[in-house]
Amino acid sequence: MARTEQNDIAAVLARHEDEILPEWVRVQKAAGRSHLISEEDLRSQTRDFLSLFRTAAQTGRIDDITGREWDDTRRMLEDLSRARARQGFTPSQTAMFVFSLKEPLFARVRAEFGSDAERLAGITAGVNSVLDKLGLFTTEVYQKGREELIARQQQEMMELSTPVVELWDGVLALPLIGTLDSARTQVVMESLLQRIVDTGAGIAIIDITGVPTVDTLVAQHLLKTVAAARLMGADCIISGIRPQIAQTIVHLGVELQDVLTKATLADAFAIALKRLGLSVQKAHAAKSSTATEKA
Amino acid sequence: MERIPILKMGGSLLVSIQVDMHDRLAMTLQDDLTARIVKDRARGVLIDISALEVVDSFIGRMLANIAAMSRVLDAQTVVVGMRPAVAITLVELGLSLQGVRTALNVEKGMQMIAADGEPEDDSSADRES
Repeated sequence: MARTEQNDIAAVLARHEDEILPEWVRVQKAAGRSHLISEEDLRSQTRDFLSLFRTAAQTGRIDDITGREWDDTRRMLEDLSRARARQGFTPSQTAMFVFSLKEPLFARVRAEFGSDAERLAGITAGVNSVLDKLGLFTTEVYQKGREELIARQQQEMMELSTPVVELWDGVLALPLIGTLDSARTQVVMESLLQRIVDTGAGIAIIDITGVPTVDTLVAQHLLKTVAAARLMGADCIISGIRPQIAQTIVHLGVELQDVLTKATLADAFAIALKRLGLSVQKAHAAKSSTATEKA
Repeated sequence: MERIPILKMGGSLLVSIQVDMHDRLAMTLQDDLTARIVKDRARGVLIDISALEVVDSFIGRMLANIAAMSRVLDAQTVVVGMRPAVAITLVELGLSLQGVRTALNVEKGMQMIAADGEPEDDSSADRES
């Protein structure tokens, strides 16, 4: 693009900044969703962007927003885009922040160069292209912010859904909820083994009541966890096997021979207590037996 | 020459591996250990690997060999103190050390060997119920 057109754009921005500013704010407010952001914030964002845009247009190349002169502008838009994503703006509303500058800016350009059609067309094309690029940039950042959020939530969900609980001194339980994939198996294994080390537990019960389906892959993951726990010196019991899952396991030909399996967590816990040499009995029965001993 | 010390604790032998294993060291350990099992009439061998951060297939095979040799000499081998990361790596490598018994720490390993010395009657009942 010709240098003169760029100078023209920068000049228009500089000359009419005070007029463009309130008009732009008005256009944005008319576009709706103004309740999500206070008027002062909107005004200050608008002012910041306008001054950064003007500086960048004066110093940098207007047809290349990746240049160093645009660093500040891009940074400002990044912050704004992230903030708006948090505040609940949609991507198009976020991009409209930049696009809505066109209307007041074009009005000024037309007023100034209306008589010179060729010049007007050149400037319009220039402004259009740079604002489009900046608008798309905000959408991109918005999307990236969302993706980061999703990744973080996935990670949190993974950690939340794999609690290791201590049922008794030396007995750990791992109630699994949701589908077991490789990534989750890794987290499950790590947290279980770490708890085995921390508590010195000799028995771990893996309860799969909350696992919707067990296929060969899930079974393999379970067996891996059991094998790793065994290497650490802890026995594993798999409990919570529903009738359909028992059928599926047999139909698939999955070998669970080396692993002790129980239908319910209660059964598994009973076995665990027995291994520890403990037994559970009714309180009044125990009381009457001590009473007879005294007598 | 570098050697791995073998300590006698009651009727068991305790081996703590704290250095990187290599072929010659492993051979020496196997020689020493089998000799000591016979000499001390040991019933159990505890191998402590809590200091090892990396256990590869070589050490895995060595552990399995020692377990097999001890079994021939009528001594139980218990590998104790494996770290979680090591356990995960071994499982991912497909080495689950079949035939080697494991315990969380030396204390539990000793208990395990002591329990095996006694006549077994209740442990078999456990499995069936």
